[in-house]
Amino acid sequence: MELNKIICPENRVYKKPELLNDTHMHYCPGCSHGVVHKLVAQVIEEMGMQEKAIGVSPVGCAVFAYNYIDVDWLQAAHGRAPAMATAAKRLMPDKLVFTYQGDGDLAAIGTAETIHACNRAENITIIFINNAIYGMTGGQMAPTTLLGQKTATCPYGRRVDLNGYPLAIAPLLAQLDGTCYVTRQSVHNVANVRKTKAAIRKAFENSMKGIGTSVVEVVSTCNTGWKLSPEKANEWMVENMFAKYPLGDLKNREE
Amino acid sequence: MKGNEALAVAAIRYGADAYFGYPITPQSEVLETLEALKPWETTGMVVLQAESEVAAVNMVYAGAACGKTVLTSTSSPGFSLMQEGMSYMAASEVPALMINVMRGGPGLGTIHPSQADYFQACKGGGHGDYHAIVLAPSSVQEMVDFVALGWDLAFKYRCVSMILADGVVGQMMEKVVLPEQRPRRTEEEIRKLCPWAVTGRKDMRPRNVITSLELDDDIMEANNHRFQATYREIEKNETRCELINTEDCDYLIVAFGSPARISMKAMEMAREQGYKVGLARPITLWPFPVNQIREAAKNVKGILCVELATGQMIEDVKLAIECSKPVEHFGRLGGNVPAPDEILNALHEKFLDK
Ligand SMILES: Cc1ncc(C[n+]2csc(CCOP(=O)(O)OP(=O)(O)O)c2C)c(N)n1
Ligand code: SF4
Ligand SMILES: [Mg+2]
Repeated sequence: MELNKIICPENRVYKKPELLNDTHMHYCPGCSHGVVHKLVAQVIEEMGMQEKAIGVSPVGCAVFAYNYIDVDWLQAAHGRAPAMATAAKRLMPDKLVFTYQGDGDLAAIGTAETIHACNRAENITIIFINNAIYGMTGGQMAPTTLLGQKTATCPYGRRVDLNGYPLAIAPLLAQLDGTCYVTRQSVHNVANVRKTKAAIRKAFENSMKGIGTSVVEVVSTCNTGWKLSPEKANEWMVENMFAKYPLGDLKNREE
Repeated sequence: MKGNEALAVAAIRYGADAYFGYPITPQSEVLETLEALKPWETTGMVVLQAESEVAAVNMVYAGAACGKTVLTSTSSPGFSLMQEGMSYMAASEVPALMINVMRGGPGLGTIHPSQADYFQACKGGGHGDYHAIVLAPSSVQEMVDFVALGWDLAFKYRCVSMILADGVVGQMMEKVVLPEQRPRRTEEEIRKLCPWAVTGRKDMRPRNVITSLELDDDIMEANNHRFQATYREIEKNETRCELINTEDCDYLIVAFGSPARISMKAMEMAREQGYKVGLARPITLWPFPVNQIREAAKNVKGILCVELATGQMIEDVKLAIECSKPVEHFGRLGGNVPAPDEILNALHEKFLDK
């Protein structure tokens, strides 16, 4: 068979979402951010929300998310994305408004904005990339950094007496009456990528139904910050991160 | 009506889309009035008590970035927390209205009136090279009128407008004429008026992004030149100052806000004593009315700046006249407000009796 007969639309098994534009991503090879971007673009496209989606990008490695996913974007100050999303959604309730935040952005400097947006039951989705480190600024300790984990600001490993405990914020948010859906996923293999996509879809649908705040935590790798190869980073995540941040739904309220 | 209440009503009447704020004396009546009037049931205006001034200013930032007509109000400590957001809004060139009803500082300070946030408001309290238009009301009527003026200017220049009131103006009661109710802008109107706004990609128009980030040095330099060009344009067109008895005056008082009202009385008392005293009341603090002050000061022997601060505006007055005349300061601090005879005494002490 000739090659051009094989490479034809009927045989296509995969297509890059149109909303994921051709700009070169600045993410390190192996980074989870790129995979999650693709899923967000896919879900918006599959829901037909291209004209209604508004993203709020964080300060962190995903600050330039607006260069990659071809919808309207607001770029927030560090930690303030949920406050911005609150206003955008309240002013335009027919829009699909979501934030995309790292663990420093969401669980350190933006803890107040996160908790209060969730507690007010804002009809937004929060996509939370938990890579246990400050990727963008060069690998400093995050609130989510594991005990013993080495970073630029805990070079001998995180210690309780010096740095306190790693913060699992999803269970905290799940306790709040304002959240309808809090889930923890990962994107280190195909099965989990699919689950994460389904979770984002559910969260976005919740936002449009107006039943409260949805939080999709993606336990992620930062192979550069962790100083591991992409493959080793995945292994390290499975071995170490999942114990503190186990995958699965923490809350799933349907109405 | 109270200044703060009148301002809240004026915001609804202008057709505001949203107010985001956090309670702090002496301006909590703004949020209280809005909550009592429930504009969401009439005009559809959103009113939200945020978890902090930090959240509130970022809600304002988002609303403004969506092309909506949004405002917040606060007092000095809260205004400090809003500086990061102001800097972002200036950098993103979005139109918003902010109100600071000043109280005495530094720190938690006092809940009583002050004008000590002049530097912070006029010289850019947040980081980076930026300005907001700063309007200084001295009556309850101006608390009303400057809401419309502030938003009109903000949308005209895509910048932040501020109403910088002292606690007296926020709390005092006067008769006011309120404007007619205007309808809120529809989404279609916003798309037309603010084609840059984040409103979703209707009809798959190219995406809109509101960001203050630019890592290309040359583009960021060009952005800064563009901001500055806007500021020069504002300086050229929007400077406002009220001049009273300045044609023949030998001495000039410069004051804004409630001290200008009190200084007016002091001026009248001085004139009764036979001294030719005039008053210049800057209405825009940024842009500062340089030309008007210079003109009014042309033939005077001395200038007295009256401020509820240790002397902040006085620097702009000295710059305006290029230190060509003696300029003296008189002010009360800590929430104290001077009586007219205190200002008259200061005039005597510093100029008339010398
Ligand atoms: C007010 C403020 N403080 C600090 C910074 C510096 N800063 C930029 S990104 C970042 C941490 C981001 O880490 P995270 O949210 O975990 O995102 P990641 O890069 O890991 O995806 C910090 C501290 C900033 N930009 N603004
Ligand atoms: S530094 Fe880490 S989080 Fe940032 S792009 Fe690289 S791998 Fe991803
Ligand atoms: Mg991180």
